[in-house]
Amino acid sequence: MAVPAIELKNITKKFGCIIANNNINLTVNKGEILALLGENGSGKTTLMNIISGIYFPDGGQIFINGKETVIRSPKDSFDCKIGMIHQHFKLVDVFNAAENIILGLDDGKYNLKEATNLIKKICIQYGFDIDPEKKIYDMSVSEKQTVEIIKVLYRGADILILDEPTAVLTPQETQKLFAVLRNMRNDGKSIIIITHKLHEVLSISDKVAVLRKGEYIGTIETKDANESILTEMMVGKKITLNIDRTEPKDTADRLCVKSVSLINRNGVKVLDNIDFTAKSGEILGIAGIAGSGQKELLESIAGLQNVDSGDILYLNPKTGNNESLKGKTPVQIHQLGVRLSFVPEDRLGMGLVGNMDIVDNMMLRSYKKGKSVFLERKDPRKLAHKVIDSLEVATPGASTPVRRLSGGNVQKILVGREIEASPTVLMAAYPVRGLDINSSYMIYNLLNEQKEKGVAVIFVGEDLDVLLDLCDRILVLCGGKVTGILDARKTTKEEIGILMTGKKLKTDDNANGGE
Amino acid sequence: MKNFITNARKTSFHISKRSKSALPTWKAWTIRIVSVIISLVVCSLIIVLLTGQNPLEVYSAMIKGSFGSERKFLVLIQNTAILLGISLAVTPAFKMKFWNLGAEGQVLIGGLCCMVLMFKIGDKLPNSVLIITMLISSILGGIAWGLIPAIFKAKWNTNESLFTLMMNYIAIQLVSFAIMVWVPSGSSVMGLVNASSRAGWLPDLFGKKYIINIITVAVLTAVMYVYLKYSKHGYEISVVGESENTAKYIGINVKKVILRTMIFSGALCGLVGFLLVAGTNHTISKELAGGNGFTAIMVSWLAKFNPITMVLTSFLIAFLQKGAGEIATSFNLNTSIAEILTGIIIFFIIGSEFFINYEIKKTKKEAD
Repeated sequence: MAVPAIELKNITKKFGCIIANNNINLTVNKGEILALLGENGSGKTTLMNIISGIYFPDGGQIFINGKETVIRSPKDSFDCKIGMIHQHFKLVDVFNAAENIILGLDDGKYNLKEATNLIKKICIQYGFDIDPEKKIYDMSVSEKQTVEIIKVLYRGADILILDEPTAVLTPQETQKLFAVLRNMRNDGKSIIIITHKLHEVLSISDKVAVLRKGEYIGTIETKDANESILTEMMVGKKITLNIDRTEPKDTADRLCVKSVSLINRNGVKVLDNIDFTAKSGEILGIAGIAGSGQKELLESIAGLQNVDSGDILYLNPKTGNNESLKGKTPVQIHQLGVRLSFVPEDRLGMGLVGNMDIVDNMMLRSYKKGKSVFLERKDPRKLAHKVIDSLEVATPGASTPVRRLSGGNVQKILVGREIEASPTVLMAAYPVRGLDINSSYMIYNLLNEQKEKGVAVIFVGEDLDVLLDLCDRILVLCGGKVTGILDARKTTKEEIGILMTGKKLKTDDNANGGE
Repeated sequence: MKNFITNARKTSFHISKRSKSALPTWKAWTIRIVSVIISLVVCSLIIVLLTGQNPLEVYSAMIKGSFGSERKFLVLIQNTAILLGISLAVTPAFKMKFWNLGAEGQVLIGGLCCMVLMFKIGDKLPNSVLIITMLISSILGGIAWGLIPAIFKAKWNTNESLFTLMMNYIAIQLVSFAIMVWVPSGSSVMGLVNASSRAGWLPDLFGKKYIINIITVAVLTAVMYVYLKYSKHGYEISVVGESENTAKYIGINVKKVILRTMIFSGALCGLVGFLLVAGTNHTISKELAGGNGFTAIMVSWLAKFNPITMVLTSFLIAFLQKGAGEIATSFNLNTSIAEILTGIIIFFIIGSEFFINYEIKKTKKEAD
C-alpha cells in the first residue's frame, strides 16, 4: 500500500571537521507529505541539497522508487524526477511566467503556445491561480513561488522539496499553498516541506521527521504528534555545559528599548514594537529562529539602521542622564560618551577587514584619534600584541592579514578589540558560530568577565543550551516580535522552543523574569 | 555496506585559491619572470610566422629604440612619467573600488583649461604667474570632471564606470570645438602655441626638456605612497574599498570619502594634463592623453595599487609601447603587429598573477 518514492539510508556529509549530516535515514512514500523539522544548523538544508544534487554525500545510499541511485548533479536529480523549490527564487525578472517555466528545457523545440496550454492544464489540475503571460517583475512573492512550483511540475517532478515555503507568505497565501499541496499529494506526488512553524507542520503533513545538530532523531506520524512532543524532539534534552555563571550584582537599567519598530526596504516589518531593558552586570540572551529580527535589532541599537518608531534610551552611569540613540549615527553615539561595543554576526564583512593585518584591524575603532593627518600605529600594535597574547590567538604575527586566520582566531581578534574599548554595553551576535569548543569557552568566559565588571551584555545565540547556561535572562524573538522574556535559571528548552515558533506559553509563571 | 563514492567524480584536477600562506616573494617573482620569457618565445613564433623577420633582430631594435640614444631614453622616461602620473591619479579611486574610467577625459580637460589661458592671455602675464594660474585651472578642471560622477554616485548611486566613460566624450568634443574655434584655417591640428615667446612653457632644467615633468611625478609617487599607507584618509579609502559595511559599522561617512577621493583623483589627472600641455606638447589635440587614461588602469592593477611597484609597471608598459612603435617603423611593419606583440606580453604578465594566486591540485582519488 505505502510505496516508498525516496529512501535515504545512512546519509553522511561533512564540511571539514563539522558533521552537517550524520547517518540520516528518511523515507517518503508516494502520495505523502513529509515535514522536515529542525532548528537552524540542524542539517535540513544540507540534506535537501544532497537530494537535489548540489552536494555530494560522503557516505550512505539513496533509493528512488526502490532502486539505488547516485545523484551527482542537479541534472541527475532532475532525471530522478526530483524538483526543489528554493527559499530564494531563481527566476528571470523580465520574462513572463511561461518563458521562465520552459527556460533551460532542452527538448529541441521552443513552442511557447504549447507550453502555455500545458501550464494552464497543470494550473487547473492542482488549483494554481496564475497568468502564464504575466511578467515576473509584476508578480507578488506568492505568485513567484507558484511559478517555481509549476516549473518543477512542468518538468514532470514526482518528488517536490520546498525549503521554508511559508516564510515569505501571508496566512491566507499559506492556506492556498497548502490546498495545492494537498491536491498534489492526492495525485500521488511526494512532498518534503521544510518549516519551523509547528502548527503548519501539524496541519499539512502526514509524517514528521526531526533533525537535531546533524543527527536524525526520528520520524513520527503527524496524527500521533502534538506541539510539545515535536518541540522536545527538536530541542532535545538539556545538556549542562559547566559555564561559570555568577549571580548578577548591582544591576541597574542601562539600555532601554521602547516600542521600537522597523520596516525594511521590502516593506516588511522586521521589528515590531520591541520593548526590553538591558541591565548592567547581567547577560541578556536573545533567542529566536534565524531572521526573526536579531540582526536588525542590534544594528538599530548600534546606529546602523534608522528605526521607524519607538525610542532607544541609554542611561549614562556617569552623568545619570538619559540619552536617546534614535536616529544617531555610530559616530554621534560615540560622541555622546556612550561606550557601546558591537560584535556583529558578519565578522569579516562588517566587524573586520579581511585583507588588512591585525594591527590595522585593531585601529578600526580608534584610528581617528588625534589631530594629525597621519595614522598612529604604535598603540594599535601594542593592543594587537596584547590581544594575541591574552586570548592565545594562533597567528604568525601581528602583521598577518586577518583573512588568513582560522574562524576562531578571527573572532578572538574581533571580540578582543571590542572588549578593549572598555564598553558599558557589549552586544555580540552569534559570537561562537563555527568555533571549536575551546574557543567557544574562551568567548563565554570573556562575556562573563564583562558582566562581572558591570557591563550590560546582550548575547544573540542559536544554541539553547548555551543561552540557558550563560545568560541571566532570555528574550525570545519571533517574526520581529518579542514573544517572551524568561528567567534563564528557571525556564526550560521546551518553553523557549515554543516561544520561538510564535506560540504563547500557557502559564505565565515564568514570564515574570522580564520586567 | 556498498559504497557508491568510488569514481563518482570524473575530473582529475581542480583549481583552488592559495589559502593559508601566500607564495614566498621569490617564488612569485620566478613565476613572473618565467611568464615574460615564455611570452617572448611566443612573440618570436608570431614574428617568424607572420613576417619572416629574425625575432632577435626585432627585439634588439626594440631595445635600441628606447635606449639607443640619450634623447630616446629621455623620451622613454618622459612617457613613463606621464603614464605613472595618471596611474597614481586613478589609484585612490580604484583602491576605493570606484571604477574611474574617466582619467582620459580628466587629463584632457586639465590640458584644455591651461591651454585656454596659455593661448588667450599668454602674452599678458609674467611667465611665472601665468604658469601658476595655468596649473590651478588645470587642477580645477580635473576636479570638476572627477567630482561630477562622484556626486551622482554618492547621491543617487549611479554607475560610475558609465558616467566617467561618458565624461571622456564630453571632454574630447570640447577640445575639438576649441581647436575648431582657435585654428582659423579650419585645420584640425593646432600647432605649437607661443612658439616664439615660450609663454606658459615649463622651463628646461639642466638644459634638458621634460625634467620638471619627471621630478613632479617622482615627488607625486612618494606623496601617494605615504598618503595611501600612512594617512588617515588612505586608511579610510582602504576600508571603504574592502567593505562598505565595515565602513558604516565604524562610522566612516562613505559618501564623504567618495567625494573627497574623487576630488583628489581628478585633481591629479588635471595636473598631468597641465604637465602634458605646458611641459611636453605645448599644443593640444584630442589625443593628448593618447589612451594612457585607460592604460593607467592596467598599470595600477598590475602593481596592486602600490605606487612604488607602479614605477616598474609603468616603465615596462611605456617601454613596450615605445619599442612596438620603433619596430613598426624600422622593419616597415604595420603598427598592428607591434600592438599584437605588446598584447601578448601583457597577457602573459597578467596571466602569471593567476598562477601566483591559485594553485592547481591533483584531485585525490577518494578511497572507500
